[in-house]
Amino acid sequence: MTNQNGRFGIHGGQYIPETLMNAVIELEEAYNHYKNDPEFNRELTELFNEYAGRPSRLYYAERMTKALGGAKIYLKREDLNHTGAHKINNVLGQALLAKKMGKTRLIAETGAGQHGVATATAAALMGMECVVFMGEEDTIRQALNVYRMRLLGAEVIPVKTGTATLKDAVSEAMREWTSRVSDTHYCLGSVMGPHPFPTIVRDFQAVISKEIKEQMLVKEGKLPDVVIACVGGGSNAIGSFYHFIDEKDVQLIGCEAAGRGIDTFETAATVNTGSVGIFHGMKSYFCQDQYGQIAPVYSISAGLDYPGVGPEHAYLHDIGRAQYVPVTDDEAVCAFEYLAKTEGIIPAIESAHAVAYAMKLAPTMDKDKIIVITVSGRGDKDCAAIARYRGEDIHE
Amino acid sequence: MSKIQNAFKNGKAFIPFITCGDPDLETTAKVVRAAVANGADLIELGIPFSDPTAEGPVIQEASLRALNGGVTTDKIFELVKDLRRDVKVPMVFMTYANVVFLYGAERFIATCKELSVDGLILPDLPFEEKDEFLPLCKQYDVDLISLIAPTSENRIAMIAKEADGFIYIVSSLGVTGMRSEIKTDLASIVKVVRENTDVPCAIGFGISTPEQAKKMADISDGAIVGSAIIKLIEEYGVDAPEHVGAYVKSMKDAM
Repeated sequence: MTNQNGRFGIHGGQYIPETLMNAVIELEEAYNHYKNDPEFNRELTELFNEYAGRPSRLYYAERMTKALGGAKIYLKREDLNHTGAHKINNVLGQALLAKKMGKTRLIAETGAGQHGVATATAAALMGMECVVFMGEEDTIRQALNVYRMRLLGAEVIPVKTGTATLKDAVSEAMREWTSRVSDTHYCLGSVMGPHPFPTIVRDFQAVISKEIKEQMLVKEGKLPDVVIACVGGGSNAIGSFYHFIDEKDVQLIGCEAAGRGIDTFETAATVNTGSVGIFHGMKSYFCQDQYGQIAPVYSISAGLDYPGVGPEHAYLHDIGRAQYVPVTDDEAVCAFEYLAKTEGIIPAIESAHAVAYAMKLAPTMDKDKIIVITVSGRGDKDCAAIARYRGEDIHE
Repeated sequence: MSKIQNAFKNGKAFIPFITCGDPDLETTAKVVRAAVANGADLIELGIPFSDPTAEGPVIQEASLRALNGGVTTDKIFELVKDLRRDVKVPMVFMTYANVVFLYGAERFIATCKELSVDGLILPDLPFEEKDEFLPLCKQYDVDLISLIAPTSENRIAMIAKEADGFIYIVSSLGVTGMRSEIKTDLASIVKVVRENTDVPCAIGFGISTPEQAKKMADISDGAIVGSAIIKLIEEYGVDAPEHVGAYVKSMKDAM
């Protein structure tokens, strides 16, 4: 799917300062070597299985299926992974790779804090130094995750520039990387940024669709009809889609955060409202004005509150292989509550965007059809924010 | 031949960077004229970008001040049109790839030619991606400036061989901003550059004092100063032109 320069159609590329070019070239060479190295793969599989708790369950949501009265619904339970989200898949891969490259320090950006917690976890496990950049707004919204990262030995640096959210944390992590490249690996958290990150992160997350495929064949003897996942940068979605891209009968749906609606300015639905641009190292779709100034975006979900989308998603959209649909805050909050009450599973508010769309789609499909929803993370971190959304003030 | 090379004909070149629209475009025009009157050889005009990933806090804040003041690419083109009535030294734009891309690369670069803007510096457009804009830059005689960094090592020769206008040597790791000391072995970088091209090279990032400017100019063809000038503008606002003028004179005299 990727050509030599890290392009997905017109998207992708390496739009970064010269200072970082040798670092990304070194990373690409190391990755190309280790991805086929049996020892590297053995170690990674062991970390996945023994440490992160893979394979994650593919759970038949029987009550939800019956209640909606249409297609059969399965949940891919990435929320059951160690640290509570799919983020650990990518982080274990990148940390192991960084260690093999002789790096001793990991830096990362984080929005809601899930990727930061996962990176701090991997750094603790592998005896590496860790610094996490987090928008100051988000350190307040997600104070518990800041504490978790510090508990794991990481330094958390609040980013005060710009909108003080995820995009500014990415910018600041990039700036930090240009000032210290020799011992430091930038552990990027999504399928975005300059090549080779979109490919590396996708490959480490592709374990999700590999497992879905195997588990579905065992449970149902056939492939699902639809795979649904939420999309911010798009790492859990590309992981859920990857091994189905060549299976043309499997419909792939990414759910973007529409915030208060795609007809308002308070949205983060990049594919639905954005245009092609060049930012954070890649060509892709971005929310921006006519002069190319990046727009402030909004979503109730800190993890989807990003003005861009990974270049492979931009490409899958361009060729019509995947559909990207907007889901509002309100729909996501209803789905968050619905899954909790119906199945006893509290999904991350990010994942609730995917659940919300499935709730609309399932009743329109026949009962012999199958939908898989990736529950990318668990929702404990969101309870205080959802309570506030419903007008209830609780203390964490 | 590139008009930019004229900037390197009066001894070592002093190249100030100015964020357009900080605090407003009238002040920017006065600052540019004051810099030219006091010996600036080439003017780097910054078109502010909302998320400048290669900049330190001083230029980040200047960019935001300018954008919050309502500056746009079109308004900056108007500014340059006015400046070109009397400013004869070469001028280049410094901005980010997205600003050019969204305006429409051809529309942007053709406008540069029309306004006699001689070059374009895009810190997020490395050698591997220059084909994004290079064919248009060649077509409209606008030099796409190459950057070389302390980490470039084996890439220096490759970049220098294809460079146009001048080469921007980044003095230090990290982002723009003032530094008390520059530790990179810049003389050996310049040596490799000279072995591969006749295009002049100037050093930027971290330079603020006349002593530093002299040191950098001694080993290259010029010095680029941004954050130190932006600091003066931040401090003096609409009264900045005379202060910037005096500063430019002290730097140029030292070189």
